[in-house]
Amino acid sequence: MTTISAEPAAPATPASTLDLAGVSRWYGNVVAVNDVTMRLGPGVTGLLGPNGAGKTTLLHMMAGFLAPSRGAVTLDGSPTWRNPDVYRRLGLVSEREAVHTFLSAYEFVLASAKLHRLPDPEAAARAAIALVEMEDAQDRKIGTYSKGMRQRTRVAAALVHDPQVLLLDEPFNGMDPRQRLHMMALLHRLGDAGRTILFSSHILEEVEQVSGTVQVMVAGRLAASGDYRTIRRLMTNRPHVFRVSSTDDRALAVALMAEESVTGVELGRDGLTVRAGDYGAFTRALPKIALARSLRVRSLTPEDESLESVFSYLVGS
Amino acid sequence: MSTVSWITARGLFGRRRFLLLLPLPVLLLTLAILSRSLGVDPGEWGPAVLVGLGLAVVLPVVALIVGTGVLGAEIDDGTVVHILTKPLPRWQIILPKLAVAAGVTAVTVAVPLYVAGVLAHSVRLGVALAVAASIGSLAYCAFFVALSLLTRRPVLLGLVYVLIWEGLLGNFVSGTKVLSIQQYVIALADRIAPTEMLATNVSVPVASVMSALIAVGFTALAVDRLRSFSVAGETS
Repeated sequence: MTTISAEPAAPATPASTLDLAGVSRWYGNVVAVNDVTMRLGPGVTGLLGPNGAGKTTLLHMMAGFLAPSRGAVTLDGSPTWRNPDVYRRLGLVSEREAVHTFLSAYEFVLASAKLHRLPDPEAAARAAIALVEMEDAQDRKIGTYSKGMRQRTRVAAALVHDPQVLLLDEPFNGMDPRQRLHMMALLHRLGDAGRTILFSSHILEEVEQVSGTVQVMVAGRLAASGDYRTIRRLMTNRPHVFRVSSTDDRALAVALMAEESVTGVELGRDGLTVRAGDYGAFTRALPKIALARSLRVRSLTPEDESLESVFSYLVGS
Repeated sequence: MSTVSWITARGLFGRRRFLLLLPLPVLLLTLAILSRSLGVDPGEWGPAVLVGLGLAVVLPVVALIVGTGVLGAEIDDGTVVHILTKPLPRWQIILPKLAVAAGVTAVTVAVPLYVAGVLAHSVRLGVALAVAASIGSLAYCAFFVALSLLTRRPVLLGLVYVLIWEGLLGNFVSGTKVLSIQQYVIALADRIAPTEMLATNVSVPVASVMSALIAVGFTALAVDRLRSFSVAGETS
């Protein structure tokens, strides 16, 4: 019996670059993607933005499932549109949870390997399934799987030919935190091995563990791009409004006013409205203050946590 | 068997709509056996069952269910993306799918038609109906597979073609008969086994050439449309 390493081997071929040059896509009068230029190289990149920002449209153009209205999407110099050959180097995990439920994970991944005309499809399928840790359930019908298991099966099928580029549309949707952590670790392993990994997400908290770069899309445009830590700091240091209720709101208000990160406190009937200049500093300070005054915080609700406000703040800065 | 045809066949028989294929051929067989055993004159029930039901309804409807099922159903539920993200020339996807569709349709329709033809007249008529229906299966399926890529409502448009164009207009407007797969099938069957049961409206050369043109033309169209297959964004 042979053992299969869960660690992906370093790619045999040199790393691939996905280039977007002035890419726009419109549907009639609606502009879904507006003049996006980016270059994706090895490592993990997160494509962030609220729903409707054009992330899926952009991903579909990258994956060759949509023609850009203007501009060009190229993988190592060749266009992805009307060019099935790019799938030798590119894998896609689409957002739709579309799987052949009548197949088992092994059959499904094996079929992908065969369609890729791999020299040893059985070994490739087993290796891909091991990579996503689905060995135990691989012979059950996909129809019986949980959402996370289906997602991992789809990732295995997209990875079976060891592509240089892997695109994932909302891969963490519907996953519990443990599955999310596991998926993120897998993506990082792949990125560290020299592959170009891009995933999209509309939930900022989902991408907490990303170490790579982040591209932020808002309303079809590329709003921010760069190192994850920089963008994360921009996000956490933004001014913020919280609603706090505790066992003694008035005492808490007094204590909070002494705190440097707090710029204003309003005492209402059902709690405090606290304006904080710094999200991170305030959320770190609050427990200490409560503890020192022997107060119990009953609830802490961010007032303007809607993604749109976070993203529009990012665009403004 | 290629992987594409294997997945296609599993998908076809794995879906519940596959059961829709059974009632019509069973009805055809039942009517033929019943008429024969009750001693009804074949000249009376033959045209109605063989042409009216068999060639005008069972063949196109089975072809519609199967032809839109091999690709249209995968486009509907999104699984088509798994096959499209492979470095396969698109004809290597269309041809196996068309082969599965035409094969399944031919078997489903030709067997009951053969039996009904034998009961109504002769083995020769049975063979003629089976062969002509198989040619018709290919033409219909090529048309319905292409339709799956041309519209988001292939079943509806296919039904409109079968019911309105072939069924209704074919009876009143003689010109539409030149563009009717059903008429080609009747003409071809009558050529193989000339009987008084099949009333032909188009010549055999027209029927042969048009059947071939439809099969090849719509297959080529489907391959080209699949090359430019676009996934509509759902969330953005």
